Amino acid sequence: MRFRLTRDQEALREGMRELLGRRFDGAALRAAAGAPARLDRRLWRELGAAGFFALRLPEADGGVGLGLPEAVLVFEEAGRALLPGPLLATHLAAAEVPGAAMGETVVARVDGGLAEWLAEADAVTGDASGALPVRSVDPLTPLHRVPGPAAGPADPVAVLLTAAEQLGTATRACELAVQHARTRVQFGQPIGAFQAVKHLCAELLVRAETARAAVYAAAVTAAPVDIAAARLLADEAAVRGARDCLQVHGGMGFTWESEVHLHLKRAWVRAQRGGGNTESEEMLAVELLG
Amino acid sequence: MDLSYTPEEEDFRARLREWLAKVLPGLPPKPRPEDWPGRRAYDLGWQRTLYDAGYADVHWDASPTTRLIFLEETERAGAPYVGANFVGLLHAGPTIAAEGTEAQRARWLAPILRGDEVWCQGFSEPDAGSDLAALRTRAWRDGDDYVVSGSKIWTSHAEVADWCELLVRTDAQAPRHRGITWLAMPMDAPGITVRPLRTLAGSAEFAEVFLDEVRVPVANRVGAENDGWRVTMVTLSFERGTAFVGEVVACRRVLGELARVARENGTWDDPERRRRLGRLNAEFRALWRLTQWNVSEAEGGRVPGVGGSVFKLRYSHARQELYDVAAAVLGPDALDLDRPWVLDRLSSLSYTIAAGTSQIQRNIVAERILGLPKGR
Ligand SMILES: Cc1cc2nc3c(=O)[nH]c(=O)nc-3n(C[C@H](O)[C@H](O)[C@H](O)COP(=O)(O)OP(=O)(O)OC[C@H]3O[C@@H](n4cnc5c(N)ncnc54)[C@H](O)[C@@H]3O)c2cc1C
Repeated sequence: MRFRLTRDQEALREGMRELLGRRFDGAALRAAAGAPARLDRRLWRELGAAGFFALRLPEADGGVGLGLPEAVLVFEEAGRALLPGPLLATHLAAAEVPGAAMGETVVARVDGGLAEWLAEADAVTGDASGALPVRSVDPLTPLHRVPGPAAGPADPVAVLLTAAEQLGTATRACELAVQHARTRVQFGQPIGAFQAVKHLCAELLVRAETARAAVYAAAVTAAPVDIAAARLLADEAAVRGARDCLQVHGGMGFTWESEVHLHLKRAWVRAQRGGGNTESEEMLAVELLG
Repeated sequence: MDLSYTPEEEDFRARLREWLAKVLPGLPPKPRPEDWPGRRAYDLGWQRTLYDAGYADVHWDASPTTRLIFLEETERAGAPYVGANFVGLLHAGPTIAAEGTEAQRARWLAPILRGDEVWCQGFSEPDAGSDLAALRTRAWRDGDDYVVSGSKIWTSHAEVADWCELLVRTDAQAPRHRGITWLAMPMDAPGITVRPLRTLAGSAEFAEVFLDEVRVPVANRVGAENDGWRVTMVTLSFERGTAFVGEVVACRRVLGELARVARENGTWDDPERRRRLGRLNAEFRALWRLTQWNVSEAEGGRVPGVGGSVFKLRYSHARQELYDVAAAVLGPDALDLDRPWVLDRLSSLSYTIAAGTSQIQRNIVAERILGLPKGR
């Protein structure tokens, strides 16, 4: 048993973090949040060239030939950077929709009565007829409501990669909270010296690390019940993590300028995928009966 | 990332399983909780059985993964817990192995492994709990002995222990952490009074230990005089991420049984309670994966150390939630001490207190992993 990242996996993650740090840093994030949501097609193609969408396609088909664990790592990085765009939909469509694998085609996807980035997409998976735009709570995720009967059970791979993005958010929320707690001074000391703040930060880490173990393990086994578990843990780590991060930031956390709210809002959007987490809870309950 | 075991590890597992299937049916019946001599004999007998089969030192010499498999399989098979062997196998023994002299290792280690002697841990005092370095039990030199006076509290298994790993203050003037010494105190020495304390679960699991001029040979000191704090920290860092393996396995089994009871008594049909069971399933699956992660880190030579705090924090709360959910499933039966899980619910309350409270664990995580400043 060697349940740790391999050298190659570490390098892949570093590479993705470096690319995103260079092409989509904090300033770019805030700029994006200040303008109507538009997709950066050049960045999309760069992601395509870096193998983000073709990651799991066989090499024979021009893909990178890697597996779910690697996909989880790059989605985690995308989540950490809060990269906008229908990453999941395009990645999932890489085998079917021409141009998706290389980032030439932007693909949206109908999921849980919603579709992200529908207006910017060149192609859609699922039936988007009758879709109506909504004023999205997340400034970086344009949303449409899509009427019609609920789809069947959620695609486990979609659930897992969403959990990976949530894990990225949980990790980032912890980093931001700790950074702020170390530097913001009140009552003559960094607020991180106050136990109430310190313990919020500790719990942020505990939730993120527990979710990490669940998400990575689910990537290895690809078992639907492991994926369901990963999803519950990662949703919790992201949503509660972002909220606690906001609390640690005080009034600053309530501003548009700080990036904290963007993490929380995106975590809310992702938590709705697959119609929320009820299905995962039910699956895990039934599994107990053996 | 690889969750599969090597052929050697699988072989170890298979042989262990086979052996467990052979020996467990022959074990004597479990003694009642209040039968201390019976419990001592039972726990030591099990350690002896392990020793004879070559499994005694799995806590010390085996690789972390082997230990994980050992703890997983023994729990699955329903084998006895370490029980009264806990301090000897997991605290005092490893300390002596790391810091003791040749003669000390020869004297104390074999009896622990063979299941001949029980150790207890005399660290906490009435005025030194979370703040262990505030301990005041005094020891002064008199010829070849230390003379020890003071009192310890919450000492688990004190009533049946042969030895106590004792922290005493040997220099009252030195800075707090530098005046402490680690002694092995024979529990039959004159001047020791053990007064059992009744826990909220009704049984006597731990005790107060009063020390009135107890003579402990200087030869029983492990490490240098006044170096006991460091010696103790060595023990604590022995934790290799496997401390709760058996318990997580046990919790997952309980959860399965709980789901079946819920199905029978109708609480299953309440979506709120059913989904709470589902969430707990996710929780314990994640804790299992976190265990595997920590064990893999340890295999790679990295000591999880503070990573253990992350695990302990999450696990102790999950365990309490498990038995709260059990109560939600049991309904009025949750008030009946003769029902399964009701006592477990009570004892789960100690998990966020013993071996470092949750608040202290959060301090550790925040200060040592996240690098937040210490408060004033
Ligand atoms: C079942 C059980 C078995 C035990 N077995 C043993 C044993 O065999 N040997 C042994 O030596 N000890 C043993 N202990 C003692 C155990 O280690 C202590 O109970 C524990 O360290 C807490 O100390 P305390 O009880 O004095 O509580 P206190 O330290 O008085 O804590 C009381 C409350 O204050 C909080 N608190 C204290 N300091 C801080 C701080 N700095 N920041 C924030 N909050 C703080 C705590 O979190 C807790 O909520 C056992 C305890 C239990 C429950």
